[in-house]
Amino acid sequence: MSQTDVTGAPRRGKVLTLDTMNPNIKQVEYAVRGAIVQRAVKIEKELREGAKKPFTEVIKANIGDAHAMGQKPITFLRQVLAMCAYPELLKDDAFPKDAKQRAQRILEACGGHSIGAYSASQGIECIRQDVSRFIEKRDGGIPSNPDNIFLSTGASDAIVTLLKLMVSGEGRTRTGVMISIPQYPLYSAAIADLGAVQVSYYLDEDKCWSLDVAELRRALRAAREHCHPRVLCIINPGNPTGQVQSRQCIEDVIRFAKEEGLFLMADEVYQDNVYAEGCKFHSFKKVLFEMGPEYSSTVELASFHSTSKCYMGECGFRGGYMEIVNMDPAVKAQLVKLVSVRLCPPVPGQALLDLVVNPPQPDEPSYSSFMKERTAVLDALAKKARMTEQIFNKVPGITCNPVQGAMYTFPRITLPPKAIDKAKEEGQVPDMFYCMRLLEEEGICLVPGSGFGQREGTFHFRMTILPPAEKLEIVLHKISAFHQRFTKEFS
Amino acid sequence: MSSHVRTVRPNQMVALMERAAHIKKMLEQGEKKPYKDVIDVCWGDPHGAGMKPLTFVRQVLAACIYPQLLDGGNLPMDVKRRAQKLLRWCDGGSVGSYTNTGGILEIVENLAQFISQRDGVPAHPENIWIHPGSQTSLTSILTLLLSSEATPKRGVLVPVPGHSTVPLSVAALGGVAAPYFLDEERGWELRADELRRALASARGVCRPVALYVINPGNPTGHVQSRKSMEEVIRFVAENNLFLLADEVYQGSVYDANSEFVSYKKRLYELGPPLAHTLELASFHSASKGLLGECGLRGGYVELLNMDPVVMPYVERLFHLIPSPPVTGQIALELMVEPPQPGDPSYPLYMHVSPKVHRNRSSDIQSAAPSMLDGSFPFPQETEHTRRTLVDNVKRVLQVLNRLPAISCQPVRGGAFAFPRLHLTTKAIRKAKDAGMQPDMFYCTKLLEDTGVFVSPGCEYGQKEGTYHIRFCIMTPTDTMEELLRRLSAFHLKFMKDLS
Repeated sequence: MSQTDVTGAPRRGKVLTLDTMNPNIKQVEYAVRGAIVQRAVKIEKELREGAKKPFTEVIKANIGDAHAMGQKPITFLRQVLAMCAYPELLKDDAFPKDAKQRAQRILEACGGHSIGAYSASQGIECIRQDVSRFIEKRDGGIPSNPDNIFLSTGASDAIVTLLKLMVSGEGRTRTGVMISIPQYPLYSAAIADLGAVQVSYYLDEDKCWSLDVAELRRALRAAREHCHPRVLCIINPGNPTGQVQSRQCIEDVIRFAKEEGLFLMADEVYQDNVYAEGCKFHSFKKVLFEMGPEYSSTVELASFHSTSKCYMGECGFRGGYMEIVNMDPAVKAQLVKLVSVRLCPPVPGQALLDLVVNPPQPDEPSYSSFMKERTAVLDALAKKARMTEQIFNKVPGITCNPVQGAMYTFPRITLPPKAIDKAKEEGQVPDMFYCMRLLEEEGICLVPGSGFGQREGTFHFRMTILPPAEKLEIVLHKISAFHQRFTKEFS
Repeated sequence: MSSHVRTVRPNQMVALMERAAHIKKMLEQGEKKPYKDVIDVCWGDPHGAGMKPLTFVRQVLAACIYPQLLDGGNLPMDVKRRAQKLLRWCDGGSVGSYTNTGGILEIVENLAQFISQRDGVPAHPENIWIHPGSQTSLTSILTLLLSSEATPKRGVLVPVPGHSTVPLSVAALGGVAAPYFLDEERGWELRADELRRALASARGVCRPVALYVINPGNPTGHVQSRKSMEEVIRFVAENNLFLLADEVYQGSVYDANSEFVSYKKRLYELGPPLAHTLELASFHSASKGLLGECGLRGGYVELLNMDPVVMPYVERLFHLIPSPPVTGQIALELMVEPPQPGDPSYPLYMHVSPKVHRNRSSDIQSAAPSMLDGSFPFPQETEHTRRTLVDNVKRVLQVLNRLPAISCQPVRGGAFAFPRLHLTTKAIRKAKDAGMQPDMFYCTKLLEDTGVFVSPGCEYGQKEGTYHIRFCIMTPTDTMEELLRRLSAFHLKFMKDLS
């Protein structure tokens, strides 16, 4: 009942309390920006204010942000975007013709010829057409329809939107979403936020984090006891594991999806980041269509890509898209409606995506410098992937699978029982305890494996391979030294 | 698929939008029509309607995107300094990096300062989050308040007429959008007795948890009086509702007798206990006002009086929106920190900011108080925009109120005119025969016959038996004249043919 305060006005309880709040939010966690990052930010602040620490900077190897770690933007991309922002620059002779031509084309497609105008909710039409052409070229001519392309605010926006669309039912009929362990925690967070059921399938650490259909089947069968699995999410190349699925594996997954009536969500944002010998990126769509009409006309698939990774690393622009295949037209109409609520994706991000799918061609002035910059970025990443695996595997107690692709390493760490006990005493998960110590002692911020999921009793951390090679080498040695110290301390 | 998404009201606009796009294409390809172009005033999109971006904003943006421009001699010193400062705030000195979830700290601090100066009440950066557009912020807050599994369903009181993204969001989250009607005869006023009626009615079908207001109004152009705001605040307090105040049009007030006051300020004027207890989310954006940068997606929410126990969960939810686009954040920064007198870019920009205005005795503290002073000799961009919009609104009222069978309430602020069509029974019947709402029928024919693309009142909700159209008034002068010319001619013919 309401009481009154000293002025006689009724005392008001809060509208939004823990009890009245959407209960799903309580389950939402996003480790990549979680507790350890908050501590890292605090330490940075302390350093700025002059605090004395065993290190002078915090190295944020927790998030896949290439530019933050010193990677340079690709010149061509930024030239075009600058002209789109300030078209007066089109008169500037310093800019090459091919950059100007692309800027003009993009501006002509914008309302009022300004990147400040709203675009259609699904994205600027000519950019969607360019994306289609890019996909067709990449996939050896398999047709792509621009109407099935949805531009988005980074891939995350498209992933969450699609999940929103697919979650339904109650209790035993509630939608189950299959996702790998370990996984990029956006998926688990979105699943929790939407009140869907997470159906975990384990990747095989001993086989280089490969995906085994038998494991998919096991997970699915168990899940059917308590929910209605409808979606199967795959990240390829993988995050955090970096594994690049073989073509055979992708075929097996597609076959499995068809047999079990699952909607496939293929997160392919790292498709240019493939380093290991013998590994190749195969798009789910390409494999699907090469399996013939029995599959290509029935299996429902959504593929995601973004401008945040690969060689561009333009996380801040929030460019991305999804391509849908075989979606029920009535459902697609609802998807169109759902995306209209958030109005439109950022136009600069759409413009950037257009350049990524429409880069300089061999006969164009910017081609050689563009290719040089692109190759330099990808080569550097490949070198760093190899260096990481080599250095970590020399340390007793750290086992590192080859970093086949993406931008991370997810090594397994052996923690002494005393350390695990100490962690429990402090009320922390053991690998968080480990990572927090590393942060305090060396100023290196990683994300504990518990944030991504791992087999019971195993511990990992995820580290990006993005810092410049010299710095990365130092970081790797520091972590190695820390690990040995830590092991000794708790033995 | 999700039953909540399915129940979302079918979008009748899609066919009209596709038709407009198609006609645009046909004209581009050289097809002959009785008009040379489509005048697209369907959205609250100033650039799309032909308004120019502010030079200072775009120069800074370009320099941030391509810092090599800082070495040349072509950009003004203050642009360079500003870009350098912004780049220092970005990780790795690049606008391509992720930022903190709620936005770049320094920009959030500047937003707090802007709000403090606007309201004379302190604002704290910890309560402010930048998102890709204010609609994203609103959807997040609604996600907290609503729950798809709740029984009875949770409700949000929403204005009618009101733009459709809000009820769409509410429904998609499993909530009920419960309407309250704005009073057309009183200039679209929000009346307390109507709020009470709406709440009582809503309680029959849901558990209302929030009230959404938009001030200045969309589509109505109404600017709330202080008295009305007080009534809303007391109503919300008495009925234990969360107040959602959409204030994205605060920079667009045209009428000398109206002033924008933020809900936060009004709340503080009413003092404790309300000021320290009423839960309020206020939304603003760089999409409207003088910047009009809809495509950059920069918006923010300021939260007030939240339960501290809930805040960690609010933050977790916000983490699901990885990082607002840096270009949108830059737009927000420049919106609240424009060039100052003495800066090289100031003469071209010419913005009379609240900082300057504090020295005047006038109690008008909105961002655009000098809309009616017309004495500047230079083509200052912001002043030019302000004058254009004030004149547009005058012209619209003048022209429409002289025509038969169409009338328009004063447009005191916002981005739109929302005139009423007084359609004949014949016209209504013809529409029904075509399977359309009468105002949708009008808009369809208007587009076909004249190339003028506006939206029908049925998209926003309206009292039964009334019909309206909505069009954006943020257009260049010539465009507005041409629009009014075509609309008048069409309207007279339409009413004559269906008399």
